[in-house]
Amino acid sequence: MPDLLLDPMLEGAWALSPSVALRPEPFGALAYHFGNRKLTFLKRPELVIVVRVLGEHPDVRSALVAAGVPPSQHAAYGEALRGLARTDMIRPREKELAR
Amino acid sequence: MTAVQERPVGGSLIHQFELGLDAPICLTWELTYACNLACAHCLSSSGKRDPRELSTEQCEAVIDELQRMQVFYVNIGGGEPTIRPDFWHLLAYAVDHQVGVKFSTNGVRITPERARFLASTDYVDVQISLDGATADVNDYVRGPGSYDTALAALQNLQDAGFKDAKISVVCTRENIGQLDEFKELADRYGATLRLTRLRPSGRGADVWDELHPLPAQQKVLYDWLMAHGEDVLTGDSFFHLAAFGESLPGLNLCGAGRVVCLIDPIGDVYACPFAIHDNFLAGSLLAEGGFQRVWQTSELFTELRSPQTGGACAKCSFFDSCRGGCMAAKFFTGLPLDGPDPECVQGYGETALAGERSIPAASQDHSRSGATRNQPVLLQLMTRPPVSACAESPLAGYEPSSQGGCC
Repeated sequence: MPDLLLDPMLEGAWALSPSVALRPEPFGALAYHFGNRKLTFLKRPELVIVVRVLGEHPDVRSALVAAGVPPSQHAAYGEALRGLARTDMIRPREKELAR
Repeated sequence: MTAVQERPVGGSLIHQFELGLDAPICLTWELTYACNLACAHCLSSSGKRDPRELSTEQCEAVIDELQRMQVFYVNIGGGEPTIRPDFWHLLAYAVDHQVGVKFSTNGVRITPERARFLASTDYVDVQISLDGATADVNDYVRGPGSYDTALAALQNLQDAGFKDAKISVVCTRENIGQLDEFKELADRYGATLRLTRLRPSGRGADVWDELHPLPAQQKVLYDWLMAHGEDVLTGDSFFHLAAFGESLPGLNLCGAGRVVCLIDPIGDVYACPFAIHDNFLAGSLLAEGGFQRVWQTSELFTELRSPQTGGACAKCSFFDSCRGGCMAAKFFTGLPLDGPDPECVQGYGETALAGERSIPAASQDHSRSGATRNQPVLLQLMTRPPVSACAESPLAGYEPSSQGGCC
């Protein structure tokens, strides 16, 4: 198991991309990126909450805490968020502000 | 709310999709039955406009509803959608209401000027239909001149700086040998190749026996798709090929009424784009409650979202891969819906096709009655039976009243 303290994803400030729309579904949500046309399935309601509140928290870890994700699952959520970052569903906040 | 009241939580995503979603992921909207071409395999038997087609105002109301339901994009087709006079207006209206548009066209109206307009918009994807990498193969099914029209449209899009057009190919017995050529063609125009399955729907029912890929070609197609992975789009068309082994990228399930549906030009809602038939008609969006009510509560869609039995296929060790294949392909070839797909790669389809079956009659046909200038001529097919083996009179069988005129 990776050392949580060393996961830079959990320490960074992120937000949902401005081009992304979330649609609630019984299993979680659909996320659609109007720019790159990627459709992604957020398979857990908790992940949907995390993604929605990311932009309101100084870093990912506090967003996870706010969404009620237990610390034992933080690494897994970090991985899921990295996946979302790869298709620009979420982006680092510095980058967003710089635009 | 959802159509299904008691819904299990968790489980695989595929299982959740089988239970249906609050709104479709992939919605096809045929804007008109009118078409300048008369492709031999047209899914919607298009040709003539239907006088009941939705008005501009009704189309705008549909878009408003799709926006409320957060349907992120629609696949617009026809017929040939761009020959509707309000097509460009509706395109802009959809994009302005956060409904992205992917539209399919034979290219007839993609002039340099329209190409520049398209290049200037976000949220619009263009799909040019092409069923042969060469003019002879394409024009055989799509009609004389249609290859040149498609390539001119691709050229106009490229010249205007439109990025990443799609070249959409229906895979047939005639063009499976051209997959590499299609890819080269797409690369030349900076386009992405999209391959889809020939369905025996609409006029496709008349030519399916002649055009559907042979069993050995199915394997060629599968291997080619596996080798090209995510670089080639398929619209999740080929999940019946999953029974060759590894699944192809995509959902690999029948999405009819669960994640996809079709709105036809008169506002009727069908389970999928390949099933324009009364048996798969869920309702009309012009009725009380509109599209949302049809999607969420129609009897047909509720049934499609309920647990399905695998029927004869449940015993097959590949059932979990292909899930019995395509409902529309089975229906229009007269096979039972809970049996094998007619193109089952394990060979059960051929056995089923050889047995007793009755092909259902079409419930709609908007084909033009007279022959048209650019109608394809499939030489092997006869449009009517010979009068009789020994009818020698040159006027045998000629009845002026039944001929439909000279043009």
